[in-house]
Amino acid sequence: MPAGTLYRGREGMWSWVAHRVTGVLIFFFLFVHVLDTALVRVSPEAYDDVVATYKTPLVNVMEYGLVAAILFHALNGLRVIAVDFWSKGPKYQKQLLWTVVGVWAVLMAGAFYPVLQHTLRTLFGS
Amino acid sequence: MSAETTPAVNDSVSLYDVDNPAPVIEPPRKRTKKTPKTTRTNFEMYGWLFMRLSGIVLVVLVLGHLLLQLVLDGGVSKIGFAFVAGRWASPFWQVWDLVMLWLAMLHGANGLRTVINDYAQRDNTRFWLKMLLYTATVFTVLLGTLVIFTFDPNIR
Ligand code: HEM
Ligand code: HEM
Repeated sequence: MPAGTLYRGREGMWSWVAHRVTGVLIFFFLFVHVLDTALVRVSPEAYDDVVATYKTPLVNVMEYGLVAAILFHALNGLRVIAVDFWSKGPKYQKQLLWTVVGVWAVLMAGAFYPVLQHTLRTLFGS
Repeated sequence: MSAETTPAVNDSVSLYDVDNPAPVIEPPRKRTKKTPKTTRTNFEMYGWLFMRLSGIVLVVLVLGHLLLQLVLDGGVSKIGFAFVAGRWASPFWQVWDLVMLWLAMLHGANGLRTVINDYAQRDNTRFWLKMLLYTATVFTVLLGTLVIFTFDPNIR
């Protein structure tokens, strides 16, 4: 079997799996997120109570995970669009994927402190 | 990197000849008499296009939202009722959140529809999973819209 035609198990397949998993995750988050935001119509206290959970260390780390999922889905989504609409897209799909991974890693490193600063400051003092 | 992606099949031996003709395979998108009436629209093509167009807009809306909520100005620490009141005092952010709500929900719901179609094999299971998805989607979009339009900073 020539390696180039083997889609299964290679970059193309795994990026598709990751795109699908992150998309489903974000959708479930969004559902819960609209519900918790709706508490602003109940009372300021009810809303602030639920937002307090967003500030616990565990959930704060999950937020970093959400950022990871969205950044990957967004960047890889742009890659999918490039593969579909740019004439050279399919040819460079692999290079595009590694570009996505690279940009993702840089943005994740940059987001580390800003996103987790709440936890870092409460755990290790200001 | 070489041109690994182009197929390198160059078999001189063919499986088919006059005695063993290859089976005729219709082009996948060809509409024949057997095609059910309900699939004779371009719904799936528009769905495909919508995923791409909404995706491009969502990059700006969602990444902008995350930047404002989780990165700038102290990260998640600042969020609370007063913060939301400040943001939704401006029609600009109301419209931003409204468009983001609708596009993300429709994009996500259409994506999940594909996922359900892929994995739920029994007709019944597939039908009810999609009904659940559509109900949850309509409910969430309406609730979110209502919340943006009826937000009252002086609720207490
Ligand atoms: C953990 C990360 C997130 C935080 C802390 C957060 C925070 C907030 C806050 C404080 C609001 C109130 C309105 C405003 O300030 O603009 C809001 C509304 C909203 N957010 Fe997020 N957000 C997050 C992630 C997301 C993501 C990933 C999406 C989209 C996929 C999203 C979509 C929305 C929508 C649609 C609304 C409007 C809700 C409504 O209509 O009731 N948010 N968010
Ligand atoms: C941030 C910008 C986004 C971009 C650029 C983007 C792009 C895309 C594209 C191009 C597809 C089609 C993939 C294909 O046909 O193979 C897709 C699928 C999908 N997206 Fe997004 N998307 C974004 C945000 C979101 C959000 C916020 C959600 C959740 C609410 C979401 C959930 C999904 C799901 C569930 C799928 C289906 C995955 C599949 O069929 O494997 N996406 N996205």
